[in-house]
Amino acid sequence: MPKTMFQKVWEQHEVAAETADTPAVLFIDLHLIHEVTTPQAFDVLRQRQLPVRRTDRTLATMDHSTPTRTEQVFGGVPVANTAAARQVQQLQSNCAAAGIELLDMRSSLRGIVHIIGPELGLTRPGRTIVCGDSHTSTHGAFGALAFGIGTTEVGHVLATQCILQRKPRTFAINVDQKLRPGVTAKDLVLAIIGQIGVEGGTGHVLEFRGEAIRALDMESRMTVCNMSIEAGARAGMIAPDETTYSYLAERPRSPSGAAWERAVERWRALPTDAGATFDREHTLDAAVLEPMITYGTHPGMVIPINGSVPDRKGDPVFDKALAYMGLRAGQPLRDQPVNVVFIGSCTNGRLADLRGAARLLRGRRIAGNVRMLVVPGSQQVKAAAEAEGLDRIFIDAGAEWRESGCSMCIGMNGDTVARGEYSVSTSNRNFEGRQGAGARTLLASPLTAAASAIRGRVTDPRELL
Amino acid sequence: MDRITTIRSRTVVLPATNIDTDQIIPARFLTTTTRLGLGRQLFADWRYAPDGSPKADFILNQPAAAGCQVLVAGRNFGCGSSREHAPWALLDYGIRAVISSEIADIFRNNSLKNGLLPIVVDETTSQWLLAHPGSEILIDLASTTLQLADGTRVAFPIDPFARYCLLNGIDELGFLLQQQERIAAYERQHEDN
Repeated sequence: MPKTMFQKVWEQHEVAAETADTPAVLFIDLHLIHEVTTPQAFDVLRQRQLPVRRTDRTLATMDHSTPTRTEQVFGGVPVANTAAARQVQQLQSNCAAAGIELLDMRSSLRGIVHIIGPELGLTRPGRTIVCGDSHTSTHGAFGALAFGIGTTEVGHVLATQCILQRKPRTFAINVDQKLRPGVTAKDLVLAIIGQIGVEGGTGHVLEFRGEAIRALDMESRMTVCNMSIEAGARAGMIAPDETTYSYLAERPRSPSGAAWERAVERWRALPTDAGATFDREHTLDAAVLEPMITYGTHPGMVIPINGSVPDRKGDPVFDKALAYMGLRAGQPLRDQPVNVVFIGSCTNGRLADLRGAARLLRGRRIAGNVRMLVVPGSQQVKAAAEAEGLDRIFIDAGAEWRESGCSMCIGMNGDTVARGEYSVSTSNRNFEGRQGAGARTLLASPLTAAASAIRGRVTDPRELL
Repeated sequence: MDRITTIRSRTVVLPATNIDTDQIIPARFLTTTTRLGLGRQLFADWRYAPDGSPKADFILNQPAAAGCQVLVAGRNFGCGSSREHAPWALLDYGIRAVISSEIADIFRNNSLKNGLLPIVVDETTSQWLLAHPGSEILIDLASTTLQLADGTRVAFPIDPFARYCLLNGIDELGFLLQQQERIAAYERQHEDN
């Protein structure tokens, strides 16, 4: 019987299949851990005197609450927040005690957990990957089954390398045609969320398919899968192909030699079989899409950049969101004044994202009233960007160039947007207070963010390309 | 974990849809290394003014909310991040069940593992509950039914394994640890991946 890619990966990882009474026991190939969602999990292991079962399948880094100022990461300047510092210290001591590899504060391999897995070659087709972070869906871009888990489940995986799961349903997102110039993977995934809704994927694993997806490079595919969770989906997946293999062939921890040959052979069998059926399907045309921008307090509240804020007369939740955002129904978002621009995050903090923004900023300056932060997704992304001079372009344009981390996407490390200010952000969530209490977030692509920084108002990047 | 059999309580209602985990507990409070005491920060930005004083118009700051153990919320409660701090904060505050017409996947999983009941009801029941704040309800986990103040009984779905664990106060790690031999056998056959 023909199978979907999800079914194949799921079945290959069943230690025990699910029954009416019990969930499946699923083996986890790679467990990524970070400082915020692990301290309580290690406490449980200590209380129950349990060892970490597979330190070789666990990799730790620090990203959420870490500083991005160079003098704080590498100098003697203390981290401002003592609670964050304590959390980092606990991760260090927990990893040392368990024998888990930690890419520590000053490691040249440190970065946002969803950026470093792929760039190291640990994120691979057909793997099961979990992390105590909802954007673990990013890794699905390689044909992995990857999803976020809570801290209790982090403890389960540390102790047993397995997780208890009910099998989710499948949902094909078919994207026909190709994106036009100036329209990016970020715009595509925002459009998809706008169409299926922020709960559209609940209980499902998405598979992104079709000509537009095949045409995307790996970095763009990661942007698409990253935001699967913003549609409520458990995970998002894209079938591996030559694009995937050539990305992985260059990675330091990818299999090599005969093991590489065997791996690629296995990976080629992963894509969904012809004739396999999905529980749900949704189809859209990439060629009609425009740059997208959010206007509300969840990622499904999104419009084309030249559109207007919708009017849902009488919906109090909608009106409350607009009141929070300081926007009116019917108004265009174009030319909305902007205070802050953030380029970074696990959604758009990779080299291709920085290149896109730099392409617009080269030889230009950002508007005088705009504060712009460019935060590479990892130290490797930072080094690669600096090797091609992107840092100079950002700094000369008037932006701040930082060390890697989650930074202003979640605002845990002090990189925040002030109350009432508008931020055009390449991150993934525009929830109330996400970038700081009272902050007003407009989610968009790196191109739109850079263009808006230059003009100091929301700008269609195609006008500056 | 404590056994759960029934919960009888008045409801407190938050009618907003898509209440995300950043509302339930803002990210700036996630630097904690314990799971205790997070109830103070539950719905912090809705509950407190910037100067830290309670906002009188927010339901949890009103006398009617005192002692309520059941939160009724609009559709798609708990969307967003995987932070288990969200159910920890609700439990620490005293909430023992959340009822909505849709509950986000990761939040639901996290809740079940901590003894917070995530109860998904049909749209009609949800609308009735949203329209009747403060009404007394009875949740019976053994029969997986909800009894409304007018006597109506509504069945709710819950994973049978999670229900078994909650009714008996068993945590799931114990079950997983019993699978060690099967896990070892799997590992011997699948080291390639």
